[in-house]
Amino acid sequence: MLTIQELAPLATGETQKVATRQAYGEALLELGNQHQDIVVLDADLSGSTKTGMFAKAHPGRFYNCGVAEANMAGTAAGLACTGRKAFMSSFAMFAAGKAWEQLRQSVCVPELDVKVCASHAGLTVGEDGKSHQMLEDITLMRVLPNMKVLVPADAVEAREAVRVAYETPGPVYVRLSRASTPVVFADEYRLELGKGALLREGSDVCIAACGVEVAEALGAADLLAADGIEARVINLASIDPIDADLIADSAARCGAILTAEEHQIRGGLGDAVAQVVVRSCPVPMDMAGMDGEFGQTGTAAQLLAHYGLDAASLAQRAKALVQRKGN
Amino acid sequence: MALTRDRVEALRATARDVREDIVRMVHAAACGHPGGPLGMADFMTTLFMEHLDLTPENRHAEDRDRFVLGNGHTCAGYYALLAQKGLIPREELMQFRKMGSPLQGHPHRNLELGIDFSTGSLGNGLSVAAGMALGAKLNGWSSRVYCASSDGESQEGQIWEAATSAAHWGLSNLTVIVDFNDIQIDGRMRDVMDVRDLRAKYSAFGWHAVEIDGHDVVAIDHALREAKAETERPSAIIARTTIGKGVSFMEDKSGWHGVAPNDEQLAQALEDLAAPAS
Repeated sequence: MLTIQELAPLATGETQKVATRQAYGEALLELGNQHQDIVVLDADLSGSTKTGMFAKAHPGRFYNCGVAEANMAGTAAGLACTGRKAFMSSFAMFAAGKAWEQLRQSVCVPELDVKVCASHAGLTVGEDGKSHQMLEDITLMRVLPNMKVLVPADAVEAREAVRVAYETPGPVYVRLSRASTPVVFADEYRLELGKGALLREGSDVCIAACGVEVAEALGAADLLAADGIEARVINLASIDPIDADLIADSAARCGAILTAEEHQIRGGLGDAVAQVVVRSCPVPMDMAGMDGEFGQTGTAAQLLAHYGLDAASLAQRAKALVQRKGN
Repeated sequence: MALTRDRVEALRATARDVREDIVRMVHAAACGHPGGPLGMADFMTTLFMEHLDLTPENRHAEDRDRFVLGNGHTCAGYYALLAQKGLIPREELMQFRKMGSPLQGHPHRNLELGIDFSTGSLGNGLSVAAGMALGAKLNGWSSRVYCASSDGESQEGQIWEAATSAAHWGLSNLTVIVDFNDIQIDGRMRDVMDVRDLRAKYSAFGWHAVEIDGHDVVAIDHALREAKAETERPSAIIARTTIGKGVSFMEDKSGWHGVAPNDEQLAQALEDLAAPAS
């Protein structure tokens, strides 16, 4: 029996906004206070990725690698060979993009305790534009054998993702955002590797989301309800391993699934969900996300609206999907 | 303390045995890379038999020495030396590159066999070795970390990222030996992309750097002792070698980078290696 996750008071106007990178920095500091085996590496972005908090408290276990991400990944792998759990951070563009080959060869092949916590992922990096909007990292990371992929939806889940990364043996990728986003989960929320969360019940359509899109999906469900459409909303922070049971259950119950991610749909969350759906319970699907194009400069809110990733766009898309279901 | 005459002779004899294993292994696999490891055999033998603190007894000990083969394709000689040290069963050597064998075409981390790291993609090894050296220092271990690299591998940008950070962090427990044979897959290194004076480059990056004859076990041993005595800087030993050393028809030939000898060539190679050194 699925239970609906208790949420933070989102709809009551008390919503607080916190960036997941901020929650990461705080969680890493706290974890570092408890566990001496944690070392942290950054590539000249410790102020932005928020590893600077750990660096200040534990300078002897922090290594600034300078602007050299490939070397940082290899160094993290070497440190992991000496019994350390190595957290390495940079912008997602560079951590997953520049260091992909090193993460494959030196981290995933030997299956080492390296935790890649990458901030400034997705469209919501905003004004920095195309070069910095990493829209391919979920694809690049989930294709790697041995790599676990977590995309937390808010500050509460980001804190949990850091704990899960520490406690899970082997490589883990945690995708973090620059923008301050609504806190979705109640403080008691616990993330479990390979488990999704049911956030809102409904049987007309399911919206499966990750990261900043979870709050947008909840907003879309409110808009749909006003039109008499009841949407189930599920959060899939654990993209690899993914919660196949929850996806199959949602397909069976709702008969249609819309995925939402600030990422390319090719190889991203949409792909991951589709792989489960086509194998277990084929139903009509649609995927909101970037469909083979790069972003552009703009505010986070402008970009989400422009690329069909705000609540209103998701609601419209879900409606169209409900229509398809009937045909 | 310098090597005794007997010890020098013993190392030379072991290097010859390693070369025999290399040609036999690559011949048995019918594919692989004989040229590189033949050229590296003298410095690898001196490192493994005289300096590297890795034994069947301490293979799982935290504070043992570590070795990363940056130029992973030269692993036939590496495996042969791990067999010399009793870490890889001798009979396994002839399973090199065969389905199901842990002795893959490029090394894969296997602490039971003494293989400290997975390599094969050039440029990755030195960063990992630097991370191991950093971890050893952080943990207060007396471990030394050795990395083999090559002139061709020095074309990879990541090598110079690692060279920068290893010096910045003062990794005096790290030593890289660079196999400089002026040969790479497409021909002469200096024609393909000349890396020029690697001793001067490593020196400019803040390393203790020397250039030696990579076939002179006394010089190799001396350079490794000097590296151990360093207290501030990582050490680079640029070892001038001849690819295919010891096998007449392979010497200084880029064609023997990645080709296995046939039956006739194996017989000739073994005959060359059995002949007294000139």
